[in-house]
Amino acid sequence: MDPEAIERELDAILPRVQKPGRYTGGELNQVLKDWAQVPTRVALAFPDIYDLGMSNLGLAILYDILNQQPDVLAERVYAPWSDMEALMRRHGVPLHSLESKRAIADFDILGFSLPYETLYTNALNMLDLTGIPLLSAERERRHPLVIAGGHATFNPEPMADFIDAFVIGEGEEAILEIVRCYEQWKGGSEPRQALLEALSPICGVYVPSLFQVDYRADSTISQVKPLASGIELPVLKRIVPELPPATTRFIVPFIDVSHNRMPIEIMRGCTRGCRFCHAGMVTRPVRERSVGEILDAMEQAQACTGHDEAGLLSLSSSDYSQIQELVRQAGERFAGRHVNLSLPSLRIESLSVELMDLLQDSSRRSGFTLAPEAATERMRSIINKPVPSDQILQTVEEIFKRGWHTIKLYFMIGHPSETLEDVQAIADLSKAIIAKGRSFIGKRARVNVSVSTFVPKSHTPFQWVACESEAQIEAKQDLLRRELRGRGLKLSWTDPQRTMLEAWLSRGDRRMGAVILHAWQRGAKFDAWQEHFDHQAWMQAFGDAGLDPAFYTSRQRALDEILPWDHIDAGVTKKMLVEDYQWSLEGKTRPDCREHCTACGILPKFNDLRRQHPGEIWKCPEVKPVAREKSSQVVSSS
Amino acid sequence: MPRGQASGAGEVQPGGIEQLSERQMSDPQKYRHRFTFAKADPMRFTSHLDLHHAWERTLRRAGVPVMHTRGYNPRPRISLGLALPLGFTSECELIDVWLEEVREPDELLQALQSSAPPGLLIEAVQSVDADQPALQKQILAATYQALLKEAGNISELQARIRDLLESPELPRQRRGKAYDLRPLVESLEARPADGAGILLVMRLSARDAATGRPEEALLSLGLDPLAARIHRKYIHLKS
Repeated sequence: MDPEAIERELDAILPRVQKPGRYTGGELNQVLKDWAQVPTRVALAFPDIYDLGMSNLGLAILYDILNQQPDVLAERVYAPWSDMEALMRRHGVPLHSLESKRAIADFDILGFSLPYETLYTNALNMLDLTGIPLLSAERERRHPLVIAGGHATFNPEPMADFIDAFVIGEGEEAILEIVRCYEQWKGGSEPRQALLEALSPICGVYVPSLFQVDYRADSTISQVKPLASGIELPVLKRIVPELPPATTRFIVPFIDVSHNRMPIEIMRGCTRGCRFCHAGMVTRPVRERSVGEILDAMEQAQACTGHDEAGLLSLSSSDYSQIQELVRQAGERFAGRHVNLSLPSLRIESLSVELMDLLQDSSRRSGFTLAPEAATERMRSIINKPVPSDQILQTVEEIFKRGWHTIKLYFMIGHPSETLEDVQAIADLSKAIIAKGRSFIGKRARVNVSVSTFVPKSHTPFQWVACESEAQIEAKQDLLRRELRGRGLKLSWTDPQRTMLEAWLSRGDRRMGAVILHAWQRGAKFDAWQEHFDHQAWMQAFGDAGLDPAFYTSRQRALDEILPWDHIDAGVTKKMLVEDYQWSLEGKTRPDCREHCTACGILPKFNDLRRQHPGEIWKCPEVKPVAREKSSQVVSSS
Repeated sequence: MPRGQASGAGEVQPGGIEQLSERQMSDPQKYRHRFTFAKADPMRFTSHLDLHHAWERTLRRAGVPVMHTRGYNPRPRISLGLALPLGFTSECELIDVWLEEVREPDELLQALQSSAPPGLLIEAVQSVDADQPALQKQILAATYQALLKEAGNISELQARIRDLLESPELPRQRRGKAYDLRPLVESLEARPADGAGILLVMRLSARDAATGRPEEALLSLGLDPLAARIHRKYIHLKS
């Protein structure tokens, strides 16, 4: 179907769907190039609805980078909500881009952002709506190249059957290298296989079909071996040595989306080393933007978008080395201009309260967020997020004193070796906090306790541990539901069955692809949405594929087991992960590595990059030049 | 906080001069401006509340010094006229914008035109006396055109229109509430559209608590409003 025909069908369909503004495109700052004049066309896909996809910073960055190339165009595509999907299927409308309304199958490259695992069935559903074969092995030269990146793809294996090539790590540079490699191949007449082989040497690119996975009788992996010569494992993740200029020309949706703000990344990576945290392990090293760069980016983004809120994003705002200076200068620069700043992930200490006070953001209405993650000091040592309990209560006191009425608390249950006493402590601490609130501001005090369930992730010190069973999780949640009642307290938790899904997919191997495919065939999609999640479909899919879900969830892995993602190198060495896991068993914490390098592995793996980018750009120690002539080469090339 | 919950957008904002500062009181006709704008195709699925936000962002991009409401959650002091239902286009929308400082109307118009998103076409500006009542209070009626691509025979439709206009009452239900549509229909006629189809032109009352909806008029003629392209041509104000 051509764009004109698609537009005609949309004209008839859109008045009949919920929130039709999701499907029109044409927003301020969208880039629409002349299709016929641009040789390489990339569709950037987020496998959930527009409202969520438009808030994804990763895709906004890639859209900007690609569209800055005169010979490349990038357009957006999101998952249609079920009402829209039904009408599209009925009218025979293929999945198409928002900008030009071209069918996705007409693009050269289709790139999916996969930040979390519950998007996998949506990615399949979107592929199905394009008409491109779902299985990579069934695609031909005429089909678009299907690539994917995002945090979930650090374990790419569950999606290996469907994705031609993954970008492991940061995409800013890799995406252009992929495009250039694609152009070379497109100009010739070689088969698709040649393209895949040509992509494989690009740093950070993983082409799963070039490797074979063999299993033992007990279902664990015996080996992962290359199927062609000259292809090496492991695949080291890609990083940019220095954060490139921040994207500021954001598309401004016509409709309300999940975040109506300009996101400015102030820092990438985290040195805290919380053992449950996947992002903290896979985004090293820590790289910061300067205060001046951030303020200029905010200024530009404000002029381009007119948003009244800037989200200053990082994994841990308190750890940005110039945080006080940034907040002070931002306050001065934007005084009287009605721009709110939001600063997520602040440490539990009084400085955070002072910072929030300076920001005067909307949190006074929505609440002050604290994430102790666990309620006993023992547990916090195990997960390496040590905060003394009295410091939590002192911070809480400060928050209520300064005029906040609501505190949001984030906890996790199901950490390794957690007992019912540790869970009881969550209830006790929450009650102590509401009591504090009462004593300062009386009945207006509110405490919203959000308790998620820990899911062990690849490339973390907890990658070997067993996940708790549904029954164990239920018992802990029952306890919290019994205890956390009463005025001012609100408890929310995660459905244990959804936690199981996340757990299967997070540490799944390549055979999980069959489960995902069967689940989708049985109707699974929008798994991240409670009203859509279909546990039954997934259980049946495991049956169809002849696999046991418990193998992926409630099994403690041996330290010497070959894990499905061992051939993907996130920079942190397995040796360090093993040591850190063993320390957790002893309740031993690891200090913030800004204070003292703990040799996680980043420096030896990226020592060339570090040497070329010395100084404060990385929060890692400097690397000494290895040899005189080598270092002089580096100087001349940089 | 989710956007829009307490923003005051879409509510009737006080139109009087009681919120003006002393400086502004000395010259009360220079701070309130009324813009006429078109809401074109790209924005036809932008809701009234989202249109309000689009105006807020446009004013911020243009660097227009908008007055803000006082209190806990200051919002730009702007006031949209009659809400346009989702899916409709218009060439006659109205918005009142209150400024903090005096600006030349032409300069304002230019700044806003170059900052507006696709689909928001700002056509004209005029100064409005600060002590005039709120914009919504000044609206009497609106004229709409509905383009019916497949409406069949025009004389048959014209007959139905005559019947409708001759009925003493038109009892209808909307969101479970019974009301009489007839007094809200001030005029209604069908004529052949340029090209193909039929153009239904109607003037409907748009006073407080007496607002006629074009899709209700279409339904009472036995037409499917979702198959029509509805466009607002004119908003009639008290002179």
